[in-house]
Amino acid sequence: MTSTAGDHHARSPELARFDREPPAIELVGVTKRFATPKGGIYTALRSLDLRVEAGEFCAVVGPTGCGKSTTLTLVSGLEPASVGTVKVHGKPVTGIGDDIGFVFQNDAVFPWKTVLDNVCAGPRFRGRTRSDAQAAGRDWLRRVGLSGFEDRYPHQLSGGMRKRVALAQSLINEPRVLLMDEPFSALDVQTRSIMANELLTLWDLTRPAVVFVTHDLEEAIALADKVVVLTAGPATVKATFDVDLPRPRVVQEIRFDQRFVALYQQIWEALRDEVEIAYARSATAVQEAS
Amino acid sequence: MTALRTRSVPTATDEAGDIFLADAPPRRPSRFRRRLAVYIARLLLVVILIGGWELFVRLKIVDPFFWGQPTGIASQIRDWIEHGTVQGSLWLQVEVTLEEAVLGFLVGVLAGVVAGIALGRIRFLADVLGPFIKMANSIPRIVLGSLFIVAFGLGLSSKVLLAVVLVFFAVFFNAFQGTREVDRNLLANARILGASRWKVTTQVVLPSAFTWILASLHVSFGFALIGAIVGEFLGADKGLGLLIRTAQGTFNANGVIAGMFIMAVVALVAEGLITLLERRLLRWRPAQLTGPEL
Repeated sequence: MTSTAGDHHARSPELARFDREPPAIELVGVTKRFATPKGGIYTALRSLDLRVEAGEFCAVVGPTGCGKSTTLTLVSGLEPASVGTVKVHGKPVTGIGDDIGFVFQNDAVFPWKTVLDNVCAGPRFRGRTRSDAQAAGRDWLRRVGLSGFEDRYPHQLSGGMRKRVALAQSLINEPRVLLMDEPFSALDVQTRSIMANELLTLWDLTRPAVVFVTHDLEEAIALADKVVVLTAGPATVKATFDVDLPRPRVVQEIRFDQRFVALYQQIWEALRDEVEIAYARSATAVQEAS
Repeated sequence: MTALRTRSVPTATDEAGDIFLADAPPRRPSRFRRRLAVYIARLLLVVILIGGWELFVRLKIVDPFFWGQPTGIASQIRDWIEHGTVQGSLWLQVEVTLEEAVLGFLVGVLAGVVAGIALGRIRFLADVLGPFIKMANSIPRIVLGSLFIVAFGLGLSSKVLLAVVLVFFAVFFNAFQGTREVDRNLLANARILGASRWKVTTQVVLPSAFTWILASLHVSFGFALIGAIVGEFLGADKGLGLLIRTAQGTFNANGVIAGMFIMAVVALVAEGLITLLERRLLRWRPAQLTGPEL
């Protein structure tokens, strides 16, 4: 079922390194079931396999509600898998790991903490001294372009600025695995592509392995080394595509690239059927409900 | 009228004829006038109510023996201030009642917050204690006052305990609810950032539940006062409650109402202090109230 695009993709020496290290993330035959409030069982993921190498940027696309986010909660250790193994850096996940960063879909910055205290939260939770954490916090605020906003509260910032705070908050722990759950979906289109660009710049600083969940195919191709298409729920991997666009990329302009257009068409072919299945299901659900 | 209208225009016109806003914050005469109107209306209401009361007494429509009389109440308060009450000076009575109420309030709030958060965070505790708490809450707790007077005597502790019991439940249920309604995203985020369970409780759950807890403080200080006063009714040697009861015993309606009035002033001051505390602690929150404020 797995098709690989980009046959002329030359492996850089950096990519060759992947072959020696254990993968940053490895899911083998993972199934996740939830008990529904009505007493039934809902299967979110079914025998899903996913492998993300260290330093690799992997985007996961799929129709709405297919279980994309569930994948992230399993990798982060927030939820255990029902069946199968989840490994991070070769070790089975048993709880929340130290090496994980998570950027949530909705605002998850602490509204009662100032911008600086929000960014310092991770190091403080992990027992670093206040002055030490604040020095690191100011450093990261500078990197995300928020110097001068240290003492503001989140509600005084725009949506894009709050996302920067969330990014700095995650990255300050220097995670080797960064999980992102539709992080920019609440932003307007322009802010979104600016943030995507900045994400790439920040990613380049520490090069964590990234799993970026999105329903926006354009965003996925523009950012990632690899795009994984999931089926309509219960989700499993339908196809994986290598994105061989050169880096550094300019997110706002890359969509005009011929190669980008070709990839988009190819991946959309795989995604379209799943989107239609998911839509048909939600439409019948609405009919049954009414 | 014309003068008023020209003054109330908040914008000015520059040489090019464009409308611009002045650099200094624009004066808002309309807002000022609105507040003035509110104060005038309040004053009017007081004058009508108290004046009408006095008038009806003087016209012999209302019997002051049962319902008191504003001038009588005023002279009663003056008498208490100048000559003291039968139980000692008026300030001592206020001080005693306030001490009971404040102590009861502090202990009750502390216990309510701790218990609410503990039960909200630890499911096992909530499951075990849930029915007992519901049962305790359904008892008319004022009755416990009689028990406390018998057990702890006429002094401070029986009133404080009654106030604690009244305050505890109001705060407890709010703290419990607030704990359960913490945004799951915030909890997940804190855990991933490396917070231990204890740190999640103190740095995420507590501040997040604070909105709920602070809302309950307004009601609970009222409860604390009720606890202190009722405790004094049931048996005491000092305090405003005893003062009111003594007045009741001598068929002194003016004395009862004067005691009520003093209590109301104390409660208003306390309410103001709690609002100040609320503003200070909830600085991080955007101003979101759009409706009228009480």
